[in-house]
Amino acid sequence: MRNVVSVARRELRAYFDSPVAYIVIVSFLAVAGWMFFSTLFLMGRADMRPFFAPSPFSPSMLLVILAPAITMRLIAEERKSGTIELLLTMPMRDSEIVIGKFLAAVALVAVALLLTLAYPLTVSSLGALDWGPVVAGYVGMLLFASTLLAIGILCSALTENQIVAFIVAFLISGVLYYVYWLQFFMPPALAPMIEFLSVSFHLDNMARGVVDSRDVVYYLSVTAGALFVATYTLGRRHA
Amino acid sequence: MVNSQAMVEARSLCKDYGATRAVDGVSFQVSRGEVVGFLGPNGAGKSTTMKMLTGFLNPTSGSAFVAGIDVADDPIAAKRMVGYLPENAPLYDDMMVVDFLHYVADIRAIEGTHRLERLQTICRRCGLDDILGKNIGQLSKGYRQRVGLAQAMVHDPDLLILDEPTSGLDPNQIVEIRELIRELGREKTVLLSTHILPEVQASCDRIMIISDGKLVADDTPEMLSGTDGGAIVRVVLKGAAAAQSAETVLAAVAGVTGVTSLGAEQEGQVFRLRCAAGADPREQIFQTAVDKGLVLIDLHRERVSLEDTFRELTMTEGGAHA
Repeated sequence: MRNVVSVARRELRAYFDSPVAYIVIVSFLAVAGWMFFSTLFLMGRADMRPFFAPSPFSPSMLLVILAPAITMRLIAEERKSGTIELLLTMPMRDSEIVIGKFLAAVALVAVALLLTLAYPLTVSSLGALDWGPVVAGYVGMLLFASTLLAIGILCSALTENQIVAFIVAFLISGVLYYVYWLQFFMPPALAPMIEFLSVSFHLDNMARGVVDSRDVVYYLSVTAGALFVATYTLGRRHA
Repeated sequence: MVNSQAMVEARSLCKDYGATRAVDGVSFQVSRGEVVGFLGPNGAGKSTTMKMLTGFLNPTSGSAFVAGIDVADDPIAAKRMVGYLPENAPLYDDMMVVDFLHYVADIRAIEGTHRLERLQTICRRCGLDDILGKNIGQLSKGYRQRVGLAQAMVHDPDLLILDEPTSGLDPNQIVEIRELIRELGREKTVLLSTHILPEVQASCDRIMIISDGKLVADDTPEMLSGTDGGAIVRVVLKGAAAAQSAETVLAAVAGVTGVTSLGAEQEGQVFRLRCAAGADPREQIFQTAVDKGLVLIDLHRERVSLEDTFRELTMTEGGAHA
């Protein structure tokens, strides 16, 4: 556990010592704020659901791009620069390394999400805001982001090229995100299954203010699965 | 832990990269307190062997032991015993030297006041005091190498595995690092690799030569400085006396393992005698020559350098090494 914290602390510091953290946070706040407020006044309702609900033009869609950008360097860079040799010959489990890096990425996104609390606070000053769905929405967003970050780490573990890691993670996340709207073109028998596999379907449920265990279990198991495979990949040392 | 126990042991280690066998059945032991040099041409398998000893690579077959711990069975316990400087000293370029050393101390579980003492000691020994606040990415090659060495020493390990600790350094820096290694060797077990021959002669108690993935020699620098572990003696006999009989006579001398006739020169017949390891049969050669009525006009031991041994052992039939 202490190793996880050590690794996470180093990675988090690396994010904030470089422009990465600031670019991620500022671009998320700016673009997500614009996406949200541009529709808020059109609808004229004190409601945060458009902020959380997935759509082809939404803050969660922005995370589909930002999450792979956050995670792409985590393991690929260590491979490229050779520091992976340092890391893997320290007395740590491979899983501790992967989880530490994952938590650093989650913490970065959590900071960005925390700063968006300014939006519901603004909305609540404009009208009566029901905070229940807001809390559910934030939990959903964090789970959703964690899943994308875990997928990103897995892709980063597979290559020493950060660009490859980014593109592959973006494609996987993008497919899992957009397939939700493509289900209408699928055979009806497959549609429910595809819906369940999509990351946006579960976020949509939570954006409505419903924290259903099925959605939580979906996110947690995809996250755990991706981290497990990433650990396995790291342990298969052939290079 | 028993003192006589091997600090490092390789038991028929093999490593395949695809179809090529990088390390082929390497076995050796390093005892506590020894400074051992791993010598070999580039690509001979030195680094790969070290990577298996440190648990970075899993061997295809065979096993590696560190202080009696099987690296494959309990990698974490084995890694605790070792300080490792990988080839080219890979470091986090975006970190400050001091932060990096604290990070390593975090993972090595060096805590509290003990940590500060340790880090101070290491910085003094490796000469890092002036650069603690610098980013690692800005450091010169020499300083990087020193930071890499410091990183390996944070937890005061009994065993240091250093992969080419002096590569890319200028002569002054090489001398500094070499001195540091010699100093470390007084209290620790050091296994270092290099392809610079004077380096091992200067700092190692024992040399292992690896070629094409196989261990081809394992001896002290003194022994390896003579081919086959023994000396070469050059003998010149006056007159064109029957070379054949002289050769037989010389070959019969105790301690001589081989005789090569180099033919007639101005002074007389020249012979090259290979001697058994540790033997110096010059006196016997003299006596025999007197007894048999051979006129000995020159008798001296030839200096064979480690370079000669190295070349002889690592040049494969094909001519060059891989």
